[in-house]
Amino acid sequence: MWPVVFLGALGCYLLKLVGYLLPERYLDRPAVNRVTALIPIALLSTLVVVLTFGGTAPPVLDARAAGVAVAAVLLLLRAPFPVVVFAAAAAAAGLRAVAG
Amino acid sequence: MSSINTEAATIGLTTGVYGLSFGALAVAGGFSTLQAQALSLLMFTGASQFAAVAVVATGGGAAAAVITAWLLGVRNGLYALSLAAALRPRGWRLAVAAQVTIDESTAMAVSHADQDNPRRFHRAFWATGISVFLLWNLGTLLGAIGAAALGDPADWGLDAAAPAALLALVWPRLRDRTARLTAAVAAVAATGAMTFLPPGLPVLVGAAVALIIGLWRR
Repeated sequence: MWPVVFLGALGCYLLKLVGYLLPERYLDRPAVNRVTALIPIALLSTLVVVLTFGGTAPPVLDARAAGVAVAAVLLLLRAPFPVVVFAAAAAAAGLRAVAG
Repeated sequence: MSSINTEAATIGLTTGVYGLSFGALAVAGGFSTLQAQALSLLMFTGASQFAAVAVVATGGGAAAAVITAWLLGVRNGLYALSLAAALRPRGWRLAVAAQVTIDESTAMAVSHADQDNPRRFHRAFWATGISVFLLWNLGTLLGAIGAAALGDPADWGLDAAAPAALLALVWPRLRDRTARLTAAVAAVAATGAMTFLPPGLPVLVGAAVALIIGLWRR
């Protein structure tokens, strides 16, 4: 785990730092801006799917999916972040308790 | 200025709650309390931290976790680029400014930019950056200690809280059609990649989706 912590942190810090050191013209291009805006969306969406159905091969439908479905409904209703996360956990834990 | 400080403190408190869930999910994902804290102190960029933990937790391996964290950290570099001219940090201030260049501090600085009073821009950036740094780290510590005391994360539904937290992070970004298309294609591609590829590769498939759609749609 420590290599992930240190290498990950080092790269993230250097990315922040390099922005202050580079002349603006190097990166201020429409294609760069579009891709940069879409990367978090694609990666986070991928991780939602992997965390909801993954961890085993093949993918499975279990209590996690119920929790994430509850989270999606609450996000549609504009619930705040802590409520969304807590409700997802409670739904999954509750379903497991009921199912035995 | 005092209104800026109040806003910065409020944003700090809100991110402290995110920090709480990050600490808990990091420990549930197999990181120690110390490692979770080190991520919040040293990496200090929420999406990268959540993602690194998620990749490790799903068996994706160290290399995929690091690359995913870096890819999610690219936008901080663009924030720095857009702040550099007005902020002009030098010496040790540059080193600190870089670390607290994140979504929240950038948004606050930009929204308080005022040509007649440039101090408001500086104050908004620094007050938010420092407030978020302190409370994000405090939240991480409390969340990690709390989760370590809980026992099996699945009994408490923490394995469902992790994807729910990431869903909440991506939700506000799904404003336009290109964003929604990207999310949908990435989700479908991830499902396919999970079935046929080893763990760790699905997130890189996600990054490829962003690259292709970003270059193709203008």
